[in-house]
Amino acid sequence: MCRANWGSDMNNRSDNTLSSMGVTNLYSATTDTRMAHIEAGLKKRRAASRRLRLYGVAAILTAIGFLCILLTTIISNGYTALQQTEIAVAIEVPANEILDDNGLIDKEKSRNYNWGGLVKRSFRKEFPEVTGMLDQRSLGELLSANAGYDLRIQIEKTGSVESGTNIYWVKASDDVDMLMKGRMDRTIDEKMRRIKDNQLVWFDKIVADGSIRLAFNSTFFTAADSREPESAGVLGAIVGSAMALIVTVMLALPLAVMAAVYLEYFAPPGRLTDFIEVNVNNLAAVPSIVFGLLGLAVFLGFFGMPRSAPLVGGMVLALMTLPTIIIATRASIRAVPTSIRDAALGLGASPMQTALDHVLPLAAPGILTGTIIGIAQALGETAPLIMIGMVAFIVDVPASFTDPATALPVQIFIWSDSAERAFYERSSLAIMALLLFLISMNLTAVLLRRKFEKKW
Amino acid sequence: MTFFTNDVTLLVITILFGIMAYKLARGRIETSVAIAGVKPHSLVHYYGVYAALWTLVPALILSLIWAFAADPLILNTAEARLRIAYPSLPASFLDLKMAQLQNVAAGFIDAPDDIMAIEAEKLRASMDRVDFARVLTLLSVMMIGFLFSFNRLKPQLKARVAYEGFLRRSFFAAAVLAILTTIGIISSLLFEAYRFFSEISMIDFFFGTHWSPMVSLREGVEGAEDEAVAGSSGSFGMVPVMLGTLLVAIIAMLVAVPIGLFSAIYTADFASSKVRNVIKPMLEVLAGIPTVVYGFFAALTAAPFFRDAGLLVGLDVSSQSALAAGGVMGIMIIPFISSLSDDVITAVPQSLRDGALGLGSTRAETMLRVVLPAAFPGLVGAFLLAISRAVGETMIVVMAAGVAANLTINPLEAVTTVTVQIVMLLTGDNEFDSVKTLSAFALGITLFIVTLCLNIAALHVSRKLGQRYE
Repeated sequence: MCRANWGSDMNNRSDNTLSSMGVTNLYSATTDTRMAHIEAGLKKRRAASRRLRLYGVAAILTAIGFLCILLTTIISNGYTALQQTEIAVAIEVPANEILDDNGLIDKEKSRNYNWGGLVKRSFRKEFPEVTGMLDQRSLGELLSANAGYDLRIQIEKTGSVESGTNIYWVKASDDVDMLMKGRMDRTIDEKMRRIKDNQLVWFDKIVADGSIRLAFNSTFFTAADSREPESAGVLGAIVGSAMALIVTVMLALPLAVMAAVYLEYFAPPGRLTDFIEVNVNNLAAVPSIVFGLLGLAVFLGFFGMPRSAPLVGGMVLALMTLPTIIIATRASIRAVPTSIRDAALGLGASPMQTALDHVLPLAAPGILTGTIIGIAQALGETAPLIMIGMVAFIVDVPASFTDPATALPVQIFIWSDSAERAFYERSSLAIMALLLFLISMNLTAVLLRRKFEKKW
Repeated sequence: MTFFTNDVTLLVITILFGIMAYKLARGRIETSVAIAGVKPHSLVHYYGVYAALWTLVPALILSLIWAFAADPLILNTAEARLRIAYPSLPASFLDLKMAQLQNVAAGFIDAPDDIMAIEAEKLRASMDRVDFARVLTLLSVMMIGFLFSFNRLKPQLKARVAYEGFLRRSFFAAAVLAILTTIGIISSLLFEAYRFFSEISMIDFFFGTHWSPMVSLREGVEGAEDEAVAGSSGSFGMVPVMLGTLLVAIIAMLVAVPIGLFSAIYTADFASSKVRNVIKPMLEVLAGIPTVVYGFFAALTAAPFFRDAGLLVGLDVSSQSALAAGGVMGIMIIPFISSLSDDVITAVPQSLRDGALGLGSTRAETMLRVVLPAAFPGLVGAFLLAISRAVGETMIVVMAAGVAANLTINPLEAVTTVTVQIVMLLTGDNEFDSVKTLSAFALGITLFIVTLCLNIAALHVSRKLGQRYE
């Protein structure tokens, strides 16, 4: 249809030229109707053009809309985890049970003392009306199961015990935390609710007394994983991720640069070189979980390396990011103009000297950018780390490269699998931390590129 | 801790050795040049590097080999002794005893009985001996390497050539690592898969329509005396798993292809460069978000949303529906398709556009009738790569798709995928050698081959685009 129009369009033009030259135009009558036809078609064609443009804009807006929904969901779920509910409890710490002869805290005694019982007893005293074993137990459930431990840390930090009864702020349980933050519906049926009716009454009383507050959740940034959401933190996962990435950079960067220099400058054209190139390109598209299987079968199974260790995680991630960095390095080596190379060779430098002393320094910003992007990819990678067992429940911050550890994305995975609503909130906050790391890494890459990019 | 400081001191000694070798060799060449008055073949520092390499590299290689070989050797002898010490213990208990022994020897726990205490003492002694031997060997290897190179030093020695030859060889080794990785992947997967197929027939695996590796179906049939088989095997027919994978991938492509393609058309030929420079980074942000975040979103936001929406219109949508997982995976793939398609569309020669526009066609006609047909092979390549990525994607489906294998193509039901099964089979407390864990490797090799074929097909198809306009 359109092609026919274009054809008649050309006929018209030649007709007009002919008529202007004085030749009798036999088709002049039909020309006008054709022109009208074309005009009418033009409107349609332009509308089609506008429609295509509109589809494009709509597609982009949809994609960006998805991005916005994703980010808002995570931020609106996660920001509340920055705070943690605490309950004030009047506690009389028995000095004789904790202190040594010099009036200082005896660590040994303190460790053996039943802090949890002390907190619960003191808390019960504030509700003299609550009697009976079951009621008292559900009253105690308003406080964190680790409240005793937290109190011990608080007191050991001050170094001494104040006499008499004092107010101490201890963490509330995760359910109370959710209730306080308005993330629990108190109107639904009691059986479906994690906080029961009698607990609600006590909770309201505490709120009315003003002995409940939302404080900054520093535990989240200073602790490793825990069974209790209120005692769980991301520090262990962040340290684990950092260790794995250090291993990744130390292995992948030198190996990738060496391989790239070889492929660009020294590889003789031939089957072997072609085969290497095919392998590099193909490895870049292999699913990450396959690298995890490789790590499991070879590093853990064959070489007997420790499970869950950041060392092995880093090695697997290094194999995974290697192709990315090789490809980026080759691109930035190729971006260095041949005149530099020719000049160095012409002045008598050997090919190796040319590559190492002249080309590589000029390609360094590009290599660095590629490496940062590769490392950012590795930081967000989860599946291969799960395969080599970095998915275990680990309560300690890893101290060495062979300690069992977990990584930040794996921690998000573990938490989002948990039943507690409070872990949901915490995994959102952990995602925010992860995205923050990724954004700052990518931003660094962009800035580096801007600062050092040369137009030859 | 002593082990650590020991290693650190060894490292410091090694570095000092290297520096010393460099200084000595360089000094020697400088003096011999000054005395004899001949011009050396290479710059003097190359002689230093030459000696330092001879000192360090053999020692480094040796210590790497040692690190992998020594520990298993010691532990094997210790295990042999344990077997003699506890003759009546079955093999699985022996492993436990072995772990306990290591912990006792490292001082983490106290020995439970006298035999263990003695054995731990022996183990610790042999470890100390081997450690001492290692340090001694390393030092002597460094010494020998240094003396060897130092004796060869003379101004005529082509130190630079030797050094560059070494570098070139190590560069080659680094490049070959890519091949080794591929070989490692294929051989390790094949090896485990082979062991799997020696118990389960290939036909059952590839064409069976029932997948429930956790449920023991053969109990009673095989008889209780064949414990290994009866206790650990269910049924391994991968058709429902593969079908689920395909279903999720197709849903993802249905979301990603239109959105990605239309955005690419817009950014490539319609948008001004200013708009383009804003839009492309925003789409790249989508690409930079880790898959675990998408999985979180799919499991905790998208899936409940689809379920509630289904309830509104009276449909029963599973809370682990293929729709939620596939849809979110589609969002993840959008930037992948849009950037690849953008590249392909911009790669179409400008002359084609100019020709079409010059003949009076509108922009849309140019795009739909000239540019896109020309870019078609490249676009198909991009889509194939996207499918390969969707098939291999793990976290989204692990978090949002189901675990049980349903033989269905209903997107509202829960399906499982190859990657979900791999993760599930390998994260439990299974024995490493059971049929269950081996089946994960059989799935792994299938996944690897499928994605490999897709990648090769993509490369092959998109090469045609390049050839057509060269």
